[in-house]
Amino acid sequence: MATLDTSRPAAAALFAGLSLRAWKVIGLAAVLAAACVLPFTISSYQLLLANQVIVYAVALLGLNILTGYNGQFSLGHGAFYAIGAYCTAILLDKTGIPYWATIPLAGALCFVAGFLFGLPALRLEGHYLALATFALAVATPQLLKYKDFDFLTGGVQGIVISGPDTPGGLPLRSDQWLYFFCLLWTVPLFVLAWNLLRGRTGRALMAIRDHPLAASSMGIDLARYKSLTFGVSAMYTGIAGALGALLAQFVSPDSFDLFLSIRFLVGIVFGGLASMAGVFFGAIFIEFVPNLADLVSKAAPQAIYGIVLIVCMYLMPTGVMGLLRALGHKLGRLVAR
Amino acid sequence: MSGPAANGAAKPLLGVDGLSVHFGGIVALDNVSFRVEAGQICGLIGPNGAGKTTLFNVLSRLYQADSGTIEFEGKPLLRQARHAIAPLGIGRTFQNLALFRSMTVRDNVMIGGHCRARGGFAANALRLPFVGREERTLGERALRLIETLELGAVADTPVAALPFGTQKRVELARALASEPKLLLLDEPAGGLNHEEVEHLRDLIGSIRDRLGVTVLLVEHHMSLVMNVSDKVVALDFGRKIADGTPQEVQRNPEVIKAYLGGEL
Ligand SMILES: Nc1ncnc2c1ncn2[C@@H]1O[C@H](COP(=O)(O)OP(=O)(O)OP(=O)(O)O)[C@@H](O)[C@H]1O
Ligand SMILES: [Mg+2]
Repeated sequence: MATLDTSRPAAAALFAGLSLRAWKVIGLAAVLAAACVLPFTISSYQLLLANQVIVYAVALLGLNILTGYNGQFSLGHGAFYAIGAYCTAILLDKTGIPYWATIPLAGALCFVAGFLFGLPALRLEGHYLALATFALAVATPQLLKYKDFDFLTGGVQGIVISGPDTPGGLPLRSDQWLYFFCLLWTVPLFVLAWNLLRGRTGRALMAIRDHPLAASSMGIDLARYKSLTFGVSAMYTGIAGALGALLAQFVSPDSFDLFLSIRFLVGIVFGGLASMAGVFFGAIFIEFVPNLADLVSKAAPQAIYGIVLIVCMYLMPTGVMGLLRALGHKLGRLVAR
Repeated sequence: MSGPAANGAAKPLLGVDGLSVHFGGIVALDNVSFRVEAGQICGLIGPNGAGKTTLFNVLSRLYQADSGTIEFEGKPLLRQARHAIAPLGIGRTFQNLALFRSMTVRDNVMIGGHCRARGGFAANALRLPFVGREERTLGERALRLIETLELGAVADTPVAALPFGTQKRVELARALASEPKLLLLDEPAGGLNHEEVEHLRDLIGSIRDRLGVTVLLVEHHMSLVMNVSDKVVALDFGRKIADGTPQEVQRNPEVIKAYLGGEL
């Protein structure tokens, strides 16, 4: 039978005596080390921005698990970010629960919310699911403003909370501590997601994305996997929302409008669908490009934002990670030659 | 060389009884009954549109039957959920390919083994020790199948980049990874040249002989079906028109009529 030689040289090639895998490990270690040094080298304001990027990366990871890996579109993930944020804010405002304990509670609440939303959404394919999630995004700010929930949500005013203090004995400013607190959540969340996606579950998610009918013929229970994925995805984005509330020390309905959901979608597409590393590029994009657009033109920042986005997608149709992979592939060929 | 049906009272591996399916006005299957004994290779032939693929789709619960029953190892199949078919031990390939196109050959084959492992969301996320063992077992089984089907050179290539014939072999490897008792092959020789068909015949023979898998084979390639099958069932316009040894079916006047001008 015909055998085809398309084996990938990049996979086996050595760069300066080390395999690609070894380079990835080294790169990851370097990034982690840099992330630990970062808060001692930049200003408080810059640290706030960096922290927001990390929080967005977690939110984008949640959406990417759902959309990039499992092929379910969501135009409403801002809603889960909002639920997480409000959960933390309300708990801090109304109860004596310590701030660190609100994060897992927000995650659990969002898991349940996402799972329940995912159940009926199972019957919806493609555009219809996008519409249902769109409705969720539209409804969220209005529900948060709703009069009868005032006593909890603070209505239009929102809720002001105080940021966490550095635990006794640690030689850190409170903003530095908050940064490490977010990092302490982010790193395990990424490790768990990596484990989830590289094994049997991850393959099942991608199989459902590629060919749902064949996936069910392979014994994959679509209803179970799709609704659990919705739950896990909402949990990640909800935890990000909870951390984001600690960061902003403030929640209000208008910070969780439809545009937030769209920015999340922009983030995962820009970084690269179905890529874990890509969400960091996506997070950087959605955090900084609006500000840059503002600098370029005070009159029409949205137009600038749109133009930058179009140019980026034109130059990198598969996102930053797609481009990096293609470059790595070329490099591999050159080295192998 | 027929199957081990020494005891007439023994349940067949697969028993189809009075099965009917229609789509609007089209009768795709009309009161079809037949049985396949464990260890047999059973050919399923019929002109285009005879209902062969429809029968496969009912067996894998993709289509709903209007009436009739199907028993697999004595258990009623039509009450099972779609995703419960593979774990029961029925694997299949698709006439027009249904691969996971963005995924590599290796991942496709490993998904075939999905129903032979059990690690769920939490166990995978925490990478519990048993998950690691399962992954190794699945990976080794996939590797063996990849080598058997001569897919080694493309193991880490996304399926979409491969030619049709290679993709057919990936489907076969994926189906075998589920360790089926009954394997449904829908036109595996489609698009293969003469030499490749010879190879396929040996392969189907060894799947039965070495792996002990019962095979239900839909094929238009007559010499392949007649050579490899222990028994043959012929359909025409959804009706069963013949059922017997390859020789009997080849001589059947209704089959000759259905294929008039055909290959027989
Ligand atoms: N999903 C469907 N909706 C409507 N009609 C269908 C559907 N699937 C099959 N049919 C019809 O049922 C009949 C049997 O089709 P089937 O695909 O089972 O034939 P087949 O024996 O596999 O033919 P071939 O050898 O061409 O693959 C055909 O008339 C076909 O048009
Ligand atoms: Mg067919």
